[in-house]
Formats: sequence, C-alpha cells, structure tokens
Amino acid sequence: MPQYPNRQFLDFEQPIKTLYEEIEKLKQTAEKSKIDMSDSINKLENAIVEKRREITEHLTPWQRVQLSRHPDRPYTHKYIEKIFNHFIELHGDRNVRDDKAMVGGFADLDGETVMIIGQQKGINTKMRQQRNFGMANPEGYRKALRLMRLAEKFNKPIITLVDTPGAYPGLEAEERGQGEAIARNIYEMIRLKVPVIVVIIGEGASGGALGIGVGDKVLMMENTWYTVISPESCSSILWRSWDKKEIAAEQLRLTSIDMKGFGLVDEIVPEPVGGAHWDYAEAADTLKKYIKKNLAELKTIDPVKRIDQRIEKFGKMGFWEELTAEQAASR
Amino acid sequence: MKKEREEDLELNLTGEETTSESGEVKPKWYKRIRKGITTSTTDKRETPEGLWSKCPECNYICTTTELKENLFVCPKCNHHHRIGSNEYYDFLFDGEEYIELFDNIISKDFLNFTDLKNYQKRLDEIHTKTDLKDSMRIATGKVNGEGLVIACMDFEFIGGSLGSVMGEKFSRAVDYCIEHKLPYLVISKSGGARMMESAFSLMQLAKTSGKLSQLSDAKLPYISLLTDPTFGGISASFGMLGDLNIAEPGALIGFAGPRVIKETIKKDLPEGFQRSEFLLEHGFLDFIVDRKLLKNKLHDLIVLFRN
Ligand SMILES: [Zn+2]
Repeated sequence: MPQYPNRQFLDFEQPIKTLYEEIEKLKQTAEKSKIDMSDSINKLENAIVEKRREITEHLTPWQRVQLSRHPDRPYTHKYIEKIFNHFIELHGDRNVRDDKAMVGGFADLDGETVMIIGQQKGINTKMRQQRNFGMANPEGYRKALRLMRLAEKFNKPIITLVDTPGAYPGLEAEERGQGEAIARNIYEMIRLKVPVIVVIIGEGASGGALGIGVGDKVLMMENTWYTVISPESCSSILWRSWDKKEIAAEQLRLTSIDMKGFGLVDEIVPEPVGGAHWDYAEAADTLKKYIKKNLAELKTIDPVKRIDQRIEKFGKMGFWEELTAEQAASR
Repeated sequence: MKKEREEDLELNLTGEETTSESGEVKPKWYKRIRKGITTSTTDKRETPEGLWSKCPECNYICTTTELKENLFVCPKCNHHHRIGSNEYYDFLFDGEEYIELFDNIISKDFLNFTDLKNYQKRLDEIHTKTDLKDSMRIATGKVNGEGLVIACMDFEFIGGSLGSVMGEKFSRAVDYCIEHKLPYLVISKSGGARMMESAFSLMQLAKTSGKLSQLSDAKLPYISLLTDPTFGGISASFGMLGDLNIAEPGALIGFAGPRVIKETIKKDLPEGFQRSEFLLEHGFLDFIVDRKLLKNKLHDLIVLFRN
C-alpha cells in the first residue's frame, strides 16, 4: 500500500493531502529544532482519519464512482494475496491465448480449496496496458469459464471478483465473439453445481461484469458501482454530451446502497474509513469474513436446490405493470 | 463493392425520433399505423397504398405494396428492410393467424429516470403515438402446420431495447413453450439494454439465461434469428445462445457498436465487419437465411428436431 508522499489524492480528498503536508512540515520543524512535536502530529493523524470519515459520509454517486477507480485501490491480485494461501494461478483459454485482464486459479481459504477468478487492472502505466485496463477479451471470459468448469468437476466453490470498466470493445474481440463469450458464461454460471459468490470490488460495468457476475450471492464493496453502462457512456448517449456524467451517475442509481435497496445485490461489504485504498489489510479482512460466512451458508444447500434458487433469484429481477383485461382494452 | 452505411445505432436507444438507415427520414410505410385505425393487435394491417419506397442500398424505387408482397426485401438487390413484429407474424404464421400472449405487461418508470426527458413521459408518448406496448411481442400460431412460439422485437420502441418487460415476456414465453411443448423462435432487432432501467435491464441477461436453461432441460428447440441490427445486451445473452443461431443477410450484429470500436482502435473498420456474413465466416452463425425462405426453413427445422 502506498504511503505518503506516494499516495494519490482525488479532488475531494485534497483536504486530507493538506493535513499530510502539515504533518510533514511539523516533522521537519521537529527535526531542525529538536523539539518534540508528537502530540501535534498525533492530533493531525487523528484529524486525517476524521476527515476520511467526513468525506465518505457525504459522497455523491459520481464520487463513489471515482473512489471505485482510485489509483491506489486494491485490485484482484491484492485481495487474493491477503485473503488466501497457496494461490496457484492458472492461465489460458486453451484456444487463443492467455488474457491478462482476467486472472484465476485455485487457492486455499483457511483449509478449504476454492477457485478464485477476477478481472485484474494494472498498478502502473506499463501494467495497466498489459492488463488492458481490466477489459477482458473473449478469451478472458472463456478462460474464466474453463476454470469454473474445473472447479465444478472437483466440487470446489467459486469466488469471482469483479472490477472492470467493461468488456473490451475491439475489432478482434468482435471477430472472436465477445457477445457469445459473455452470453455463454452467464448461461453456464446460472447452472453451476457448486456455490458461486460474486464480489464487486471496484467497477461493475455492464455485460463485462455480468460475464463473471452470476452467483448465489452477489456482494458489493461499499465504494463500488454496478450497472448497465458507465456514467460517461450513458451521458454521451442519452444526454448527447460527455459532460453529464455526474447526473448520469445519479440517475443510474449505481451505488452499493441503491443496488442493495433494489434487491439486485445481497450484501454490502464495509470498507475502511475513507475507502479500501486506506487500508488493504482491513479491507481484505472484512471481505474474507463475508466470503466465509456466505460460503458456509451456501454449502448447507443441496446443489439442485441451489441452482433452482439461483435461477429464481435472477428471475424475480425487474419491474413492470401488469394490466387487467379491462385496462388493456381501454388503452 | 457496396459502401458501408453509417448509422448512429445508439441514437435509437434514446427513444427519440430517428432517421432511417439511409439517413433520410424513415419511409412512411415503416411508420406504424396510428392508434384507432386498427381494431385489435392481431388484425392484419395494411400498409398505406400508393406510397413509394426507395431502397437505401441500391436506390431502386418501388411501391410499398410491391415491397410488402416481396416481404420487404428489395426486388433488385435483395436488401432486407427492417420490419416489425406485425410484418414477421403476418408472413410467418399460417393465414396470418396467431394469438398474442402477455401483451398486458407494460413498462413503468420505477427509478423515475430522467435524461433529456422523463422515462415515464417517454413511455406515455410512445403508447399514445403507436399501438406498441413494448419492444418485444410474443405470439403463437402455426408455421406450415407446426406449432411455434415467436418472440419478436420492435425496433421502433426505444431501439428494441432490452428492459424488464422484455425479460419478463421472454420468460413467460419460455414457460408457455414448456407447458405446451412448443419450440421457441426469438427474432432479435435491438440496440442493446434499456439504459433508463439501469441495473434492472442488465439483470435481464441473467434472468433470460435462467429460463433458457429450463427450456433446454425440457429438450425443446430454441432458435435465435438475428436481424438488422442486433447489439449489446442481446448478443451478450439469449441472442447468441440459440440451439441454432441464424441471421438475415447483411444484418449488423455485434457486442460493441461500430462507433465505439472505431473510437477504441482509432482505425477504420474493414468492409463487411459485423455483418451476418462476417459472423458466419467466424463461426458464430449456423446459417444465413433469406426472408423469403425463412418460413419453409423454420418448418423443416421444427420437423427435423422432432422426428
Ligand atoms: Zn435494393
């Protein structure tokens, strides 16, 4: 986890940066004058935590989107490292190539083998390109499906970590059937015989997210978003302008609180004060507790019943009006 | 070689009035007969007589009557014009007879979604202007004597967008197929998910997949017919999940729209990219079928699946 001065601050996090700068000044003064400033420094450090709390208490939907994309935010590999032991990464879709925007493999969760799969974003400029910014190609989705099948064969639960700005909209992606790849995953995931837990850990953009997002339990970390389109694209299509992303984010109701309220996700996983990027260990620890609790619950259900429940769960989603024959005739 | 037509597919998803594929104002025959002229939804509708239509591909001009007799396929260049559920039902079902199902399910603005216009207002306006209730209709009837359930999209209704109503009608149609042991044909024509229903529209991808799983368990055939255009959430779900995936000639089909891909790769797209023929070449379609041969081919398939 980056420490100040290597931390990055979003525009609405600037007051925190100012506090760090003040601490820095005090430390320098203390050094020079050999006066003990630890009391003042302690106070400022507490003020930072307080400021983090204050900021997250009044976040707009757009600010939550920004937090979900925070450059210091932990990504899939980080959670794997902190939550599981003996992770063995498995590569390739056995067809085209290995897609580095999608990672997965077997791991140990306190004595139990699980399959863990997720989109992976890069942590620096070079890695970001290599990971294609977390935008998988069809072979990424097909790798994910291969690993899910493998888990099913050996009766291991599946945990997916969703963090993508969308499936990659490229020429070769179309040639290789991006739509088909995502469709196939959704279809197969809904009938997997093993427990499936999905966690939105960052961005949950549309079909690219749902392509590894169908599960018995869908959890959302506190400062994440999940909906049918990114606020930017929504703005450009519906408002015919790129400048309405804040309004689009509001209208889309894409935050974890909205999604839980609609019953489209099951639980919200709390993040450290100010967001997961402030404390990776705490973020991972909380997530681990939620995963274990849900897994224990799911394992008590008979596999056939679990599939029925999964189909029923998604089958209930939607809103419509049903007219009586009279109402229909009068229209 | 024919030039690729440029069309702003996404504009259709806004629900605003759009221009036709040729960039001109939509030909008049395409405009749905207004409310009040027809009596019930299953009645045969006549296109207005005496109108002329120009083919957007080859500029061939013929009367709308002639075009209709040719199933809205250009007599000169075989261009398949975009048509709606009424037209498909009329030429696919024997004697233009069919029963419409679940037409009492209509969209509502649960989220109070407002972009340039409020979603409910948009819905009310379309309901006033046209007799379409949503972007998908379900009907059952006979195809050369064989029973079939057909779910068909109407592109005119917010770009054939996939929302809760389409998901629910699709699901009930599957239940109907299972109950009556009938095969299922879905005719897709859509710009993608309905943004005004936000995550609810996204979840329809999973909802419909769950139902297809049940149809599969019942060993009933599911045929997905992709027509111009089919994009986004449809191709990332039931559109690509047919026991057979088939398409009309020249249809634009893909996950991401051509504009988005062009902006991403910063290159022009090759000729024929995302057309039916391109998908067939890359292994995603079982075959391409001319509209005029569709009915007989469907019949043959239903019989082959059964015997
Ligand atoms: Zn023509």
